[in-house]
Amino acid sequence: MNNRMRSASLALAAPLASLLLAFLLSALVLVLVGSNPLVAFGDMLEYGSRLEIVIDMLNRATPLYLSGIAAAIGFRMNLFNIGVEGQYQLAMFVAAVVGGALALPGFLHLLLILVVAMIVGGLWSGLAGLLKVTRGVNEVIGTIMLNFIAIGGIIAALIGRFRDGEISTNSGTKLIAESGWMPNLNGFVEAFTRDIKGRQLSGMLVVAVLVGIAYHLTINRSRFGFDLRASGLNPMAARSGGVPPKRMVVVAMVLSGAAAGLVGMVDLVSRYHRYDNNFSPGLGFAGIAVALLGRHHPVGVAFAALLFAFMDSSSSILQVTGSASPEIVIIMQGVILLTAVITYEYVNQIRQREETKMAALATAGGAA
Amino acid sequence: MRKQWKFLLALVAAFGLFAAACGSDGDDAADGGGDSEAAADGIGADKTVGLTFDLLGRGDQSFNDSAAAGTDKAKADFGVTVNEITPTDASARAGDLQLQAENSDLVVGVGFSFAQAAAEVAAENPDVKFAVVDDSMMNFDTGEPLAPNAAGLVFAEEQGSYLVGVAAGLKTETNVIGFIGGVSGIGLIEKFEAGFVAGVQSVNPDAEVKVDYISEFPDFAGFESPDRGKEIASAMYGEGADIIYAAAGLSGSGMFQAAADHTAAEGSKVWGIGVDSDQYNTVDPSVQEYVLTSMLKRVDNAVYNITEDVLKDNFVPGEVRYDLAAGGVDYSTTGGFIDDITGEIDEAKQAIIDGEIEVPTAP
Repeated sequence: MNNRMRSASLALAAPLASLLLAFLLSALVLVLVGSNPLVAFGDMLEYGSRLEIVIDMLNRATPLYLSGIAAAIGFRMNLFNIGVEGQYQLAMFVAAVVGGALALPGFLHLLLILVVAMIVGGLWSGLAGLLKVTRGVNEVIGTIMLNFIAIGGIIAALIGRFRDGEISTNSGTKLIAESGWMPNLNGFVEAFTRDIKGRQLSGMLVVAVLVGIAYHLTINRSRFGFDLRASGLNPMAARSGGVPPKRMVVVAMVLSGAAAGLVGMVDLVSRYHRYDNNFSPGLGFAGIAVALLGRHHPVGVAFAALLFAFMDSSSSILQVTGSASPEIVIIMQGVILLTAVITYEYVNQIRQREETKMAALATAGGAA
Repeated sequence: MRKQWKFLLALVAAFGLFAAACGSDGDDAADGGGDSEAAADGIGADKTVGLTFDLLGRGDQSFNDSAAAGTDKAKADFGVTVNEITPTDASARAGDLQLQAENSDLVVGVGFSFAQAAAEVAAENPDVKFAVVDDSMMNFDTGEPLAPNAAGLVFAEEQGSYLVGVAAGLKTETNVIGFIGGVSGIGLIEKFEAGFVAGVQSVNPDAEVKVDYISEFPDFAGFESPDRGKEIASAMYGEGADIIYAAAGLSGSGMFQAAADHTAAEGSKVWGIGVDSDQYNTVDPSVQEYVLTSMLKRVDNAVYNITEDVLKDNFVPGEVRYDLAAGGVDYSTTGGFIDDITGEIDEAKQAIIDGEIEVPTAP
């Protein structure tokens, strides 16, 4: 019991220590450039805790979380899916085209869009998995190449064909009919707080939570998840245990890609309802950072996504108050990531040392 | 061991890509915040303009800087306070406009990307006026403005590009001319191309115009990649082009560098044509002598005028079109490299204003 508490507190100490360290280092940077860190952080906290900005934060955290889970699925299998970026953009584009072309009654339309996005993301990612197991292409290289092909090749080549309307700025694919729009959660939030001005809390938040639960159940509570983790930890041993390694690689990549397919859905089904130049790029890469910080744990990734989203959504105020340069947020995120990895490694070493000690004690006790 | 290596790679790659993905090196975006040196007797002494830049922010030597010049002038003339914000990423646009709206009488979004966010935020803040550069802010189905308090400042870039095309057509000695667009597929830069090519051909039908775009939508890197601008320009100069027009935001600075390098290497002088701002004044002084002329897109005038309209209660929602006749686009003569042909260019200018020349808007 005591041991369990100790290991739990160790697990919590690492992220907290890295956070504290990151804040201290960022404060140091702020002092060096002549800003007052207390004022700057205070401004961010004050602005970031407004209801509207909290809604912004949740809307930002949702795709970050999905992207983090997509990366985490790969990590669990010791696969580095760097292709979330291409997977979600391609999925978003295809889902926008399909959703714009069809009109199904009510809920089915929305469901179709989400399923198409997951299938496209899964297939695109599975392609990298196939290349790995059949041709030995490292998945890092494979997914980076597929990113270029998806964004610079396929979307760029097809966008002209599916563009809605003649040459005019800011036009995208056809607007999806309202049956394909995700209902927002404003009513739910307003029941507890006050009226929300000009913001819509995306219903994708619920989907993200469901994905998180499914991730937890699959990875930690199912035979398949056990096989997956075993293959990640030691592919040879897993193989001896009867786990087909090639199939596991492809399946893990497909699942990772399916989660990636949902990343762009906040923009598509809750915000713009078409694929155009308003959507947010870069979420795929941000997700890798979030997955690393969250230690691939469903709750940890959620905290990481919320933390990064908070920093992004609250940093604008710095430009108004002038208390610091908003770029400090990017520095902070980088420092948090670095310190997190270092402290995780440090805690890992402590734990291993203790385990060795315990094992030695146990054997000594047994011998006596 | 292998796992550790992989983890390290993951970390380095993740951080690098992450920083690149959210990186926006807006130079000194913060320095406009909270200024309050209002001219005491100016009509705008108690008014605030919220200038919201496109992703690169102040210091792009072209589009954003031109908008900033407009509010700088308004600040000097009317004593208005200017709050500048550069969104840290695409999803910050709506939030930043709202933040501006809370502290401003007029919110300007610099760039068509703000159109949808501005329409939404405008509806939520009926007492604040909004203006978006490069989008008409019109609902084309109904012909009505998108919001009763939002104006769209659009420019006849093809007309200005036509004029610098005339300059290129008259000045070229090799009869090979280049056009470098930033991002194709949005329908904006194609207007520059169409006008430029038409201008060249109007005075020099024998000249060949080589056209290349740096990136295609949805990849927006073409507006902020001086390295790729330089590569393409070097290739075009290498193929015999002696004048290139770059409509590519910050990437254009690479073209001027390429012109300097090529001239130094080959001994025969080649030129670049700037865009949006008078780039003779914004480029590095070492490459000034290669700026033949610039297509001026007077974002500064448009921003200044809309500020004045708001201060004097003359604000009108919907499209405000800045063409040659309205002084919205023009060409620059700074440096004096085209002083010998300004007569012919001005003839073309007058012909466009009089409607004798219809400049195409699509290639």
